[in-house]
Amino acid sequence: MTAYRPRYAGSVTRYVFVESPDMTPSDLAIRAYEISQGVMIKETCFGLQVTGKEDDVDRIVGSLRALDPAHIFVKDRGFPPGDPRRCRANLGGARPGYFGHEFEMGLIRNISRGLEAIPGRSPDELPHPPTPSKEPRLDAARLKKIIESQES
Amino acid sequence: MAKVFLYPTTSLILSDLVARFGHKPLSAALQIRERIQTAGLESPPLQITPEEPKKGLRWAAVEVPSGVRGRMSLYGPMIDEAEAAIIINNADYSFGCMGCARTNELIKYLVRKRGIPVLDLEYPQNEEEGVEFVAAIKRFLDTLVGGPQ
Repeated sequence: MTAYRPRYAGSVTRYVFVESPDMTPSDLAIRAYEISQGVMIKETCFGLQVTGKEDDVDRIVGSLRALDPAHIFVKDRGFPPGDPRRCRANLGGARPGYFGHEFEMGLIRNISRGLEAIPGRSPDELPHPPTPSKEPRLDAARLKKIIESQES
Repeated sequence: MAKVFLYPTTSLILSDLVARFGHKPLSAALQIRERIQTAGLESPPLQITPEEPKKGLRWAAVEVPSGVRGRMSLYGPMIDEAEAAIIINNADYSFGCMGCARTNELIKYLVRKRGIPVLDLEYPQNEEEGVEFVAAIKRFLDTLVGGPQ
């Protein structure tokens, strides 16, 4: 076993996703570079990764989010950008977390619509969100019957 | 500002909305970052060491597979720390750290057992559901300690 020395210790990395009709990831990257002041910015196909001290990253992310609040989304990342354990250049395919992002980015326009509608909505209006279905799913006994019917 | 546990813990949508509405999202990235940034012995890819399944014994019994216990060493501290939780059920994806159905069942059980406020949702499939989804999360977060009343 070899000793492990972390890179970028003490830093935080945040993803910035943009799904906007008015802004592309490269537009966002240019704005980020303008205010980066030494913080590491990595442009990606979906937006950016911002790595640096927490206060600096929060400042940049806050400024970027203000450009298009309903269409820019932010989340934490555990790994720094380009980490050989996660970077697709070393994996030969998408990193595991990409599929989750891909799935949620397919739904993100619904969230953007929700964020745009919130200010015009009365605070007293009760929300009726999509909730888990009460319909019974395939139970074990029924699955067993199906398996047995296939075997015979 | 309340600490809100997210499920799926890797969710971009939940992480963004919780932070946007003034609370602290407890997501898997925080636990992964802690391990990635701690010096020690090389244990790629996530720096999960043989110590983690031992730590997981706090939340899962010894006969539970080590994979579940290792994962619980990531999620367990966040569940203990959480003051509220938002759960999106039936997510189509479960990759990376979320890729274990038994751990996911245990997470939901432990969250409900804690007795903290929990909001149960499904992913919105159209714009109307998106509006209701965001409104429900905002309303839930506004009622928590530290949120706008």
